[in-house]
Amino acid sequence: MDKEMITGSESLMRALKAEGVETIFGYPGGSIMPVYDSLYEYTRGEKKAFHHVLVRHEQGAVHAAQGFARTSGKVGVAVVTSGPGATNTLTGIADAMLDSTPIVVIAGQVGISALGTDAFQEVDLVGVSQPISKWSYQIRHADDVAWAVSRAFYIARSGRPGPVVLDFPKNAQTHLCEWTGPEHVKSVRSYVPYPTPSKSSISEAAKLINSAKRPLALVGQGVELADAHQELIELIEKADIPVGRTLLGLSALSSRHPLNKGMLGMHGQYALNMKTQEADVIIAIGMRFSDRVTGLPSTYARQAKIIHLDIDKAEINKCIHADIPVIGDCKVTMPAITKLLNKNDHTEWKKSFDSYFEMEKEQVIGPAIHPKEGPLLMGEVVNAVAEATKGDAVLVTDVGQNQMLSSRYFHYNKKRSIVTSGGLGTMGFGMPAAIGATFGAPDRTICMFCGDGGFQMNIQELGTIMEQQAPVKMILMNNNYLGNVRQWQDMFWNGHRSFTPMMNPKYNLIANAYNIPYELVVDRKELSSKVDKMLASKGPFILECAIKEDADVMPMVAPGKTIDEMMLKFNS
Amino acid sequence: MEQEKKFYTLLVYSENIAGILNQITAVFTRRQVNIESLNVSASSIEGVHKYTITAWCYDDQVVKIVNQIEKKIDVIKATYFTDDQLFIRETGLYKLSTDEVMQNSEISRIVRHYDAQITEVNPTYVIVMKSGNTEDIMNLFNALNEFNCVLQYTRSGRIAVTRSTQEQVSEFLEQREKAER
Repeated sequence: MDKEMITGSESLMRALKAEGVETIFGYPGGSIMPVYDSLYEYTRGEKKAFHHVLVRHEQGAVHAAQGFARTSGKVGVAVVTSGPGATNTLTGIADAMLDSTPIVVIAGQVGISALGTDAFQEVDLVGVSQPISKWSYQIRHADDVAWAVSRAFYIARSGRPGPVVLDFPKNAQTHLCEWTGPEHVKSVRSYVPYPTPSKSSISEAAKLINSAKRPLALVGQGVELADAHQELIELIEKADIPVGRTLLGLSALSSRHPLNKGMLGMHGQYALNMKTQEADVIIAIGMRFSDRVTGLPSTYARQAKIIHLDIDKAEINKCIHADIPVIGDCKVTMPAITKLLNKNDHTEWKKSFDSYFEMEKEQVIGPAIHPKEGPLLMGEVVNAVAEATKGDAVLVTDVGQNQMLSSRYFHYNKKRSIVTSGGLGTMGFGMPAAIGATFGAPDRTICMFCGDGGFQMNIQELGTIMEQQAPVKMILMNNNYLGNVRQWQDMFWNGHRSFTPMMNPKYNLIANAYNIPYELVVDRKELSSKVDKMLASKGPFILECAIKEDADVMPMVAPGKTIDEMMLKFNS
Repeated sequence: MEQEKKFYTLLVYSENIAGILNQITAVFTRRQVNIESLNVSASSIEGVHKYTITAWCYDDQVVKIVNQIEKKIDVIKATYFTDDQLFIRETGLYKLSTDEVMQNSEISRIVRHYDAQITEVNPTYVIVMKSGNTEDIMNLFNALNEFNCVLQYTRSGRIAVTRSTQEQVSEFLEQREKAER
């Protein structure tokens, strides 16, 4: 039989198809043109395999791939050109690294003979992306494409997921290679994605949980990534353990679950922060003790014995000392522990959360979501959308006050319901990530909350939304400020509102220019009906809300403070 | 309690793929920890490279550095040691002026005293080589330097093998190969 000879670009198409890729977010350019030439055939006619989403900026392609990955559980794919195309992806790659999001970024590169000559649009992408990616590799020969793609997807999605970069020089795209079928990389000998948990750590963990009087579980995105929602419920219900969730772990446990006590950290639930300092045993599951959760690490939960379940060995003792590390996939380690647990009842301990919760409800939550007078507040807007979507929608946030308030007041009944830039805190993340989410979860309502700062940071993606008719419900909470920085300036920086007031464009005209339906809410009486109108519309929608200019996100643990110094009111 | 920095030697084994050195050193750079010496060579296992790295750091810092290095996909194993756990060697090369050496017999006496080898002699220079620990190599340099006879001097990075009877890397690779089958 004759050998089938194909180009490296054709090999890329076949390899991506073999990985089950259906959606590609990308932007063409000089060094990736052979790939786009192959893609032309693969997006139409007989060969059609992919839907390509033309973004308006390469950063948008990566954030969209992240939004896709976070909602679908699959690997997101972004394709860009070399040089500026490649460097524009770096923020998204770093974001995906910090938030353990499986994506593969494929970037064009100048031909191998031109490497190192400062050729037009040449940048050492492997060099610059290595410290911020899980794996970064240059495909130097067409023969290597099938192997490199398969290895890239395997690394991106296995173990603790993360971003992988494939740098694809032009000659490797155009040269011919023999096609012998897709590769199926199932292991890499130097890489142990699923460490075998030690039996002794599991029995010690169970013993400690059984002896606990005031246990508290801290749940992170690891539970979502491991698809271990049920295993979590079985563990916490058997031992009767109240749960705090990290920002990225918010939909790891339904908001309705009686053991769910809310969100951890700087703007989390008051009761949880106070109780973390009283718990005798803390069971951290798939979370990494970020400084936003711990506050001052040296004073964090000193009284507690800490059990840390994580798939990534490097997380153990990185920020907070673990008395019992349980290294492994939590879908395996949680049931192993649960099996050894005694049925328990911690009613008294759970009840002790209530008074704190009541305090927060009275002083913070009530006034935030049901204000009686004054300008519109972010909390009530979020609450209105949350109630109307009944906990079934996906929340996508930008970064800042909008992020903290939407994550606090949204309802999560389904898994994979929050897409937010937790680790990197990337403003401008929301809109492109929400585009990706509409492809990752096409059957769900995608609600994107954003401030006026972040909306304008990747505002060009409105073009993508228009072209794709991506049904993103954009809730623009406009307070004419970079609100979070303004809040910190007021609190900690002499009240100097240094370059945080923002002159805004007329968003109705922008919406009009992109042919996206738009409504403005100024009066709270019209909030509910306009939210309903937005949700009833089929495609994209911009709901601009005129938010009080100088409202703060509360409660708050001030930077450098211990978490039980959390303030319900500023200066309280 | 103020922690004291200790002198650690890291032994790292990786696949032979371009760019790994960069990834390893970046772990140090990120924490602004200086690498004191670095040696890279093929190991006894085909296709596996061995890095011997020394640095001053705190106890908890070295653990984190090793974990972050081992987390790199193509790194097979990273471990850290103190000097008592290792057999260690460094090499010094001293290029001396032949004229000076000929004129002063004390110089060759010092070379013999330090148990160094003369490896090459020609009318302009003499090359002396010494293997040993850092201190001995430095002491020989200081002694020779007093005679103003040193034209060039260089000291290698540290190379080390463990004193342990186990070979962690080959055992790890065997386990991995079994798991893959």
